[in-house]
Amino acid sequence: MYGLKLDWDPEPETKCFVLQDYQGLEPRWCPGCGDLAVLAALQRLVRDEQIPPEKIAVISGIGCSSRFPHYMKTYGFHGLHGRPLPIASGVRSRRPDLDVFVITGDGDCCAIGTSHWIHAIRYNMNMTVLMLDNNIYGLTKMQSSPTTRLGKKSNTHPRGTILGPLDPISVTLSITNASFVAQTVDWNPPHVLATIRAAHEHQGLSFVRIMQRCPHYTPEIWTEYQQDPSCIFLLDHPDGIPVDAGVARLFENKVDHDPSDLPAARDLAALDEVIPIGLLYRNPDAQRYDLAMHEGLDMPLDDRITAAQAEVDRFLI
Amino acid sequence: MTTVDQHVVEIVCDSGEGAQTAGQMFGTISARMGYGVWTVEIIPAEIEPPNRSRAGASGNRIRIGTQPIINMGDSADIVLAFNEQVLYSRIDVGAFGRGTRIFLENKWATDPDEGIRKDYADALADFEKRGYVVYEVPMEVECLKVVADARRGKNIWNLGLLCALYQYDPALVGAELEKKFQRKGTKVIEANKDLFKAGYEWCQENVDFGFQVPVQPSEGQSVVMNGNTAAALGIMAAGMDLCSMYPITPATSVSHYLAAAFQRTGGVVHQAEDEIAAIGFAIGASYAGKTAVTVTSGPGLALKTEFIGLAVMSEIPLVIVVVQRGGPSTGLPTRVEQGDLLASLYAAPGDAPKIVMAPTTIAECFHFMITARKLAEAYRGPVIVLTDANLATGQTLFERPVVEESWFAPPVDQSDWQPDVKPYAWDDDTGLSPRPIPGQRDGSYVLTGLAHDENSRIAYDSDINQRSMNRRSRKLHTLHKSLKPPVVHGDDSGDLLVVSWGSTGGAIEEAVDRVRADGGKLSCVSLRFLSPLEPGLKEIFDRFKKVMTIEINYSEPADEPGIPEANRRYSQLAWLLRATTLVDIDCWSRVSGIPLPPGVIEAELRRRINLKPRSGADVRIEAGLGS
Repeated sequence: MYGLKLDWDPEPETKCFVLQDYQGLEPRWCPGCGDLAVLAALQRLVRDEQIPPEKIAVISGIGCSSRFPHYMKTYGFHGLHGRPLPIASGVRSRRPDLDVFVITGDGDCCAIGTSHWIHAIRYNMNMTVLMLDNNIYGLTKMQSSPTTRLGKKSNTHPRGTILGPLDPISVTLSITNASFVAQTVDWNPPHVLATIRAAHEHQGLSFVRIMQRCPHYTPEIWTEYQQDPSCIFLLDHPDGIPVDAGVARLFENKVDHDPSDLPAARDLAALDEVIPIGLLYRNPDAQRYDLAMHEGLDMPLDDRITAAQAEVDRFLI
Repeated sequence: MTTVDQHVVEIVCDSGEGAQTAGQMFGTISARMGYGVWTVEIIPAEIEPPNRSRAGASGNRIRIGTQPIINMGDSADIVLAFNEQVLYSRIDVGAFGRGTRIFLENKWATDPDEGIRKDYADALADFEKRGYVVYEVPMEVECLKVVADARRGKNIWNLGLLCALYQYDPALVGAELEKKFQRKGTKVIEANKDLFKAGYEWCQENVDFGFQVPVQPSEGQSVVMNGNTAAALGIMAAGMDLCSMYPITPATSVSHYLAAAFQRTGGVVHQAEDEIAAIGFAIGASYAGKTAVTVTSGPGLALKTEFIGLAVMSEIPLVIVVVQRGGPSTGLPTRVEQGDLLASLYAAPGDAPKIVMAPTTIAECFHFMITARKLAEAYRGPVIVLTDANLATGQTLFERPVVEESWFAPPVDQSDWQPDVKPYAWDDDTGLSPRPIPGQRDGSYVLTGLAHDENSRIAYDSDINQRSMNRRSRKLHTLHKSLKPPVVHGDDSGDLLVVSWGSTGGAIEEAVDRVRADGGKLSCVSLRFLSPLEPGLKEIFDRFKKVMTIEINYSEPADEPGIPEANRRYSQLAWLLRATTLVDIDCWSRVSGIPLPPGVIEAELRRRINLKPRSGADVRIEAGLGS
């Protein structure tokens, strides 16, 4: 931890990273945008963990939230719409030394990037995936997204959406080899930070859906949940997201949920009208594709050359 | 005994009867004896086509010769067939000509099924009309003298026949059989040796002709493989340790070999969820400092387009191997076409200048991988290597490459970055810039596919976009300046110059040599770089009265009725060269799905320079190809 490290560090010249070391360009999100809360939380997390900025890769797709890497002073990759997960997986496959964060949105992840979402969950490569879900396409000006609520009017559905929303948590929990699935809300920063901290600690792919509003297009979507916290189940368990007293005070419905219980997690996710927040599922033993990919990475150059030579020899006549 | 300097052999059967094994072995043995060899797989379009189906031919074409062989040749001289129906798929592609000798299984003549007996008799009559010479052979009867199940042995019996026909040393084949069936145990080895011997002896006793191809053993060691394996080996020898792909014919076999070999040489094949993810994954690895390769074919190239644009825009090194097949759409997945040149050059939103190169030979499939990785890194962007189904599955021998340390990628640079060097510090003249790699202290930047300035900051102002487009484009000129003009095969000037790219080069060279031997004043040149083009092309073109391209993609002849000249569609290289040189370049192309045989090219070249057609097979092959 940051404070401790200052005291304990035996090398006085060793640099201690402060928040500014992780702060990139001035965010250009709208005032009141939930992305700002997530940005602040991530910067705090990496500061607390004292991860050297150059050892962090923040990889995003396209959309409002995908501007995220520009606001971090780390290595960043602002790529293509829907495709941050294959890129992040590629980075992870060759660079086990880097901390990989993926920033995606409800359109980026659950619409154009759906196939990658499913397979990245299955690959379970060590990275932290934050899905910033504001229920709408903001950058392209208020088109319905897969998570837009039923009946919500948008520019593509002026009479209201025809279909109800896709539930990203239920989907993720149903993907084989899912290893960490959590949900949080942007209006409770301590819970956001605690959730992404747990996600970062997890060895494997941690999927965190952060429910947030778009101040322009979906300012009202969470009002009832904010006004009536009983609509939220705060998941609590010794193996779950640590809940401090301040957070606990805000949510009257504390639900004991063992994150190793997948059927219970699926039941919670399937509840209508109620949102579970906290850690729904964790399986530290899920297979990790990145570990298999790293085999041979440390092979010395001389051995590689010798081995390649031997391969050529197989085709001698 | 007839002495010939080259011969074309085909062995075809129903899928599963082993002609491919026998054909490959014949090719390997021939190479080992010192012959020039080119083999082509004959693959049915379906996994398990019905027996005796016209579309079901499975086997090999093997061309052997005293000199190195650079293409599949013209009509077959010798054909071994396990039934008469599979021959029709070969007839459809013009594989045979008048005088082709066919050794045909004769058991169908006495088949209990009257329909089969009739088909067999009809085919025999038809073959005679076509001018083929058919030898009816009791293959099954002879095999049953040696083994209980003739279906599992006819191939090796035929290998025996073939080796006797060409006076091969049976001892050499015995060793090859031992190697081939090593894993199946001594019983299988002995059975196959018996089959081979039986076929060999049957030929000696019953066939009253034979051929001798003089051997001219070359010095130095050679390797034998197909183009996809050569590319895979090249990938390894270039030090690339990640191949990210999605299965697509005919590219996939690159990854088959790599997946096994990487276990020994350090590396991985990632089979992605789709073509888009495959390139995205490779780009992630490249961004992180390990230039990766993705392998695909036309439809996959189409899907990868957006990511290729990103790699150009954000200057990420990447090698993309495109093993072309017939298009558009799903097209002809197992067949040959050179239809993706313009897609490789231009298929991206906006202007996305990138390096595109095309190997002409199987050896180049190997060596271009090493060049491609280096170019990708030096020029900071994607390099497309265009091969095709002809190179991918054709097998030949080439000088054994000796792997060098300098071919390998250097270790990922993790030294501190100079803080004052911007992530896109474009050199005004060359467009080149050094690239920070994640992990390098003080090098942090955010790569983006949006328009950006030298700092990789998103920038919408027109000056920056104009400048950054110019810098990325400039890199191609920098490379262009470092290239040498291509080497003209034949005289430096003359009546006609044939320009080609990719796998057609070998057949065109052979055709040009034949016409030159007959007094034709023509030459050919094969281009290896398509973007940027090699320098000096216009100067070369100007020395010839006429210039034309020969390609395997769609074009329309000038004199075709109903095609207005103003709207005539040229083949792809012709289109490119006309635009870049303003020389009135003509073209001739076919999309018949097969490699262009030298005889077909020769006939067209003779027509172009008003030389009489050579009497022989070429005209009939042309008929087989359709016009």
